[in-house]
Amino acid sequence: MRLFDVLGPVMTGPSSSHTAGAVRIGLTARRLLGSRPLNAEIQLHGSFAATGRGHGTDKALVAGLLGMQPDDPRIPQSFELARQAGLQFSVGSVTLRGAHPNTAVLHLTGEDGRSLEVVGASIGGGRISICQIDGITTNFGADYNTLIVHNLDTPGHVAAVTGCLSDHAINIATMQLYRSTAGGYAVMVLECDQPIPDEVIAELRQKPGIVKVTSLNL
Amino acid sequence: MSYTSVREMLNACKANGKPLYEVILESDLAESGLSRAASEAEMRRLWAVMCQTSADYRACDRSMSGFAGGDAAKMEAAAAGGVLLSGSYLSEVMAEALKTAECNACMKRIVAAPTAGSCGVLPAVLLPLYRAGVCDEDAVCRALFVAAGFGQVVAARATLAGAEGGCQAEVGAASAMAAAALVDLRGGTAEACAEAFAMALTNLEGLVCDPVAGLVELPCIKRNVIGAVNAVSAADMAMAGIVGHIPADEVIDAVAEVGAAMSKDLRETGIGGLAGTPTGQKIREIVTMGQQ
Ligand code: SF4
Repeated sequence: MRLFDVLGPVMTGPSSSHTAGAVRIGLTARRLLGSRPLNAEIQLHGSFAATGRGHGTDKALVAGLLGMQPDDPRIPQSFELARQAGLQFSVGSVTLRGAHPNTAVLHLTGEDGRSLEVVGASIGGGRISICQIDGITTNFGADYNTLIVHNLDTPGHVAAVTGCLSDHAINIATMQLYRSTAGGYAVMVLECDQPIPDEVIAELRQKPGIVKVTSLNL
Repeated sequence: MSYTSVREMLNACKANGKPLYEVILESDLAESGLSRAASEAEMRRLWAVMCQTSADYRACDRSMSGFAGGDAAKMEAAAAGGVLLSGSYLSEVMAEALKTAECNACMKRIVAAPTAGSCGVLPAVLLPLYRAGVCDEDAVCRALFVAAGFGQVVAARATLAGAEGGCQAEVGAASAMAAAALVDLRGGTAEACAEAFAMALTNLEGLVCDPVAGLVELPCIKRNVIGAVNAVSAADMAMAGIVGHIPADEVIDAVAEVGAAMSKDLRETGIGGLAGTPTGQKIREIVTMGQQ
């Protein structure tokens, strides 16, 4: 373990998994949405549902949706700040099958009208995993700039996407491929060393067979 | 690469004639690619946050559950009133451990050291010495590197997560890291740091993780007090030339083995131990009722 993972992170208490990780899930969901969220329906599963209020998990998720980092001292006031920022939200609980005990489901609508469903798990020490985007399995930690491409499960898409990234001098750090059972989609999750520019996303959206492009820039 | 054994760490000191913090800092620089200046600046930032957390403590703060807060102020009042058995350093250590751990429960900013639940131990033993002028910021930061280096070995050989190893892995590790830091601050040898670390960890071996209602409050906050006081006593034993006889690496391995043998109910699930007592369950009901 890295030295500053043993000492650190600096975070708003009380729990690295239930508070710091929850802020990161909210923040990552906001970045994936790509615009300011106006509406958020939050559902907590497992330990998040059972002890979430005591750990401030609900406030932490909302704080992340407002763009706060895990060490932001305003996390306890996030509900109030959300109202001021025009973010409508609700928090409920849900039981998901086979999900990590610290899981949250976020249904978001942004100011540009786009909506997005993100399922995120807090897997310990403040680290997270984004498990689903719009119902399709993913699995990434949101530690890198990430490009998520949903495409038809037909040949040629990987080459098209990696070609486009290399044209823009973006280096791929890791790449995962999934095949969704639902709808014959395939999903590519590419973690990149550089931020993913809007042109790349626009270009990819034009390509035949590509259903959806989502990006996370840190 | 960070060290995976205390023995290797001590050998590196001996072989290169370098102090412990230097050996630890260099191994991290090689791994992280950070510059020395950036790494030292980051440690100073962490120390500044530890100082700030203590300064921001308010006696009136309460946690979401309502069960945590106000105890550090009671401790300070009792110390001022002359009713405590502990001398001034120890009573300050206890008050500081409560302060930081209560701040954590009350959603204030802390440094996970090594975890949020055990965040009060290291600042508790260091702050009173720093305030009294016994050591300056540079010495504290060197001691924090020493603490972190030992923590890295625990992470490599065992775990720093209560959910995996019980509280011996959180407050136990924090306490052992703090004991090593104290010996370093007092000018003890690298060997003495390792002895203090080993004795502190030995004395909290077997501690289970049984948070009432699953919250980082009860027993966590007061466990930070025992973690800090245990660190002071282990450091003092080591400075007196007392040794623990079981080497640090073997103690860590024992902690790993004991952690693996612990029932899941006693590893942060909020089911067994204190969490399962009639009162613990009643508190859980109260806390979850407030939720609906
Ligand atoms: S009891 Fe568990 S949650 Fe509390 S400090 Fe110890 S390890 Fe952490």
